[in-house]
Amino acid sequence: MSSISSPANPNETLLKQHAAREKWVLLGLSAPALILVLIVMVLPVGWLFYLSFIGSEGTVSMENYARMLESKSYGRIFVTTFKVSVLTTAICIAIGYPLAYFLSQLPSRAANICMLAVLLPFWTSLLVRTYAWLVLLQRKGLINTWGIEAGLWSEPIALVHNLTGTLIGMVHIMLPFLVLPLYSSMKAIDPDYLKAASNLGAKPSQSFWQVFFPLSLPGLFAGSLIVFVLCLGFFVTPAVLGGGKIIMVSNQITNNIELFFNWGAASALGVVLLVVTLVILYVASKLLPLDNVMGGGH
Amino acid sequence: MSQTGALPISISQVTKRYGDVYALDNVDLEVKRGEFLTLLGPSGSGKTTLLMALAGFTRPDHGSIRFGDNEIILTPPHKRDVGMVFQSYALFPHMDVAANVGFPLKLRKVGKPEIAERVNEALETVQLAGYGERRINQLSGGQKQRVALARAIVFSPRILLMDEPLSALDKKLREHMQIELRHLHEKLGMTTVYVTHDQREALTMSDRIAVINHGRLMQLDTPRAIYDRPANRFVADFIGESTFLELDTKNGQLSFGGNVIKAPGWSGDTGKPALILRPERLVITSRTAGKAMNLFTATVRELVYQGDTSLMYAGLADGTEVTVRAGTRTGAAIENISIGDDITLGLHPDDTVVIDEAGEELAS
Repeated sequence: MSSISSPANPNETLLKQHAAREKWVLLGLSAPALILVLIVMVLPVGWLFYLSFIGSEGTVSMENYARMLESKSYGRIFVTTFKVSVLTTAICIAIGYPLAYFLSQLPSRAANICMLAVLLPFWTSLLVRTYAWLVLLQRKGLINTWGIEAGLWSEPIALVHNLTGTLIGMVHIMLPFLVLPLYSSMKAIDPDYLKAASNLGAKPSQSFWQVFFPLSLPGLFAGSLIVFVLCLGFFVTPAVLGGGKIIMVSNQITNNIELFFNWGAASALGVVLLVVTLVILYVASKLLPLDNVMGGGH
Repeated sequence: MSQTGALPISISQVTKRYGDVYALDNVDLEVKRGEFLTLLGPSGSGKTTLLMALAGFTRPDHGSIRFGDNEIILTPPHKRDVGMVFQSYALFPHMDVAANVGFPLKLRKVGKPEIAERVNEALETVQLAGYGERRINQLSGGQKQRVALARAIVFSPRILLMDEPLSALDKKLREHMQIELRHLHEKLGMTTVYVTHDQREALTMSDRIAVINHGRLMQLDTPRAIYDRPANRFVADFIGESTFLELDTKNGQLSFGGNVIKAPGWSGDTGKPALILRPERLVITSRTAGKAMNLFTATVRELVYQGDTSLMYAGLADGTEVTVRAGTRTGAAIENISIGDDITLGLHPDDTVVIDEAGEELAS
């Protein structure tokens, strides 16, 4: 079709160069972020990884990992970490699902106001919130004082410096991480689906369980996964509200460094925690229909 | 899936107000047993509100809706037993085609083998046999439309509601589906209420059309009658193209610019008579050839060639611009006309429709 005098593929080389240049420009734009991640993320983690293989003698050894397998206290720490994370996630689901559902059914103005109630604590410092719970929950705190004055119970209940206190604090802090993705996935459910279910003969409970709930699952999985993974590495709340009785992996890492000055042991724990978290994320991303929580989406 | 008991629908005094706006204003409407009735109106006219009231998703302020002999205004949607096709199709994305179509049967506790059988039958009816295991997001727009239809008819409802079901399809497919829906209706015989804003779709498909505006019924009649004998200016304007000419009355005779207008359909009522001029009913003629017709002299202002037809814009003596649409076959009169020509336009007395501009509402 091309005329005889013109070259076979006009401007082909120039257009290719153009495309290549565009690619380099894009790469250049992402370079600062890549370099930042490299410096603040990859290098320290690499350094940790290296440290975890250095024994007390300063030579390369597996003793930091061997200790984790041998010592019963480490096993307990991992069990505690998983127990607290699972319980926190479960309670968050039990409280957060109805809350997200309620929010998603409100007209948008009311939903925005209620959403503020979810977000305000979210924006408040974690440390402030944790200590606020300490004030509320301790032996002579507000809750025990009021409860006794009202005659609900006679002796102060141990609400803090134990598993209960840790869970109360962690659930409070984690709830928005569950509610936000869940709410957005519920908002994305076309109301026509529920109308259609109802039109086809579904009672309200049937349209909830057969249509709404399955469609909200990706958001529920995403939120639960975020909560669970954040719980695994959580430090402040168990440290403050657990009163030394709830020792999770990150608390032990601090102990190793601050009490025993053992960077190798701390690093090894950090590596194990990181690996476990990555494995959980990987398995979850393969098994669960997660809504965009990993980025790519479908 | 034979329909033994299609139900008539009787709507009376149904009113729905949103603030100061009447979405439905005392609507009375009878849908006959097995009829294909279209609610036609511009957006915001209340046609969808009426359909939603029939399905049970909108609660009217007052009024009565009966399916057959049963008052259903208080019946929740899931007990109304009407099929509905949504504009968005509303197919459940977490179920495959067969599960979607089988959903209403499962809710009615139909046995598994019978569900499978009836699902297949419904999919065959909409020409999607063998698509049962497809996921919803693997379907094209037209296929989704058919699945939604299969799901709405699989439980043999005696009333079928459709909310602009074809609006998301491209023009060719839409026209094809119009005919197909029409055939399906003839086959199944369900009383069907169809909502659309597309006048051509309404004319193509309906047994009767209910034209709605501002929550009120403007006219209820067959497609031909709606087009040929619009009851008021709104209907004449909304369906087809129209130019309105205000007429004078003298001694019970209508006239325009001093010329008597022959209008055998005119009832002779007093009021503000106006003549409806449809572009395709006006013909280019001459004083002698068009003796039997109502004649108008006009000056050609613009000519537009559109392939199958040509449009001519011409100014009448009083300045009113009328549109004439004519076929483009070789030798047609419009082919020999140029801008600025003075011509004679004719309107057959039987095509001469006069409405009373003072009366907006349907006199019934």
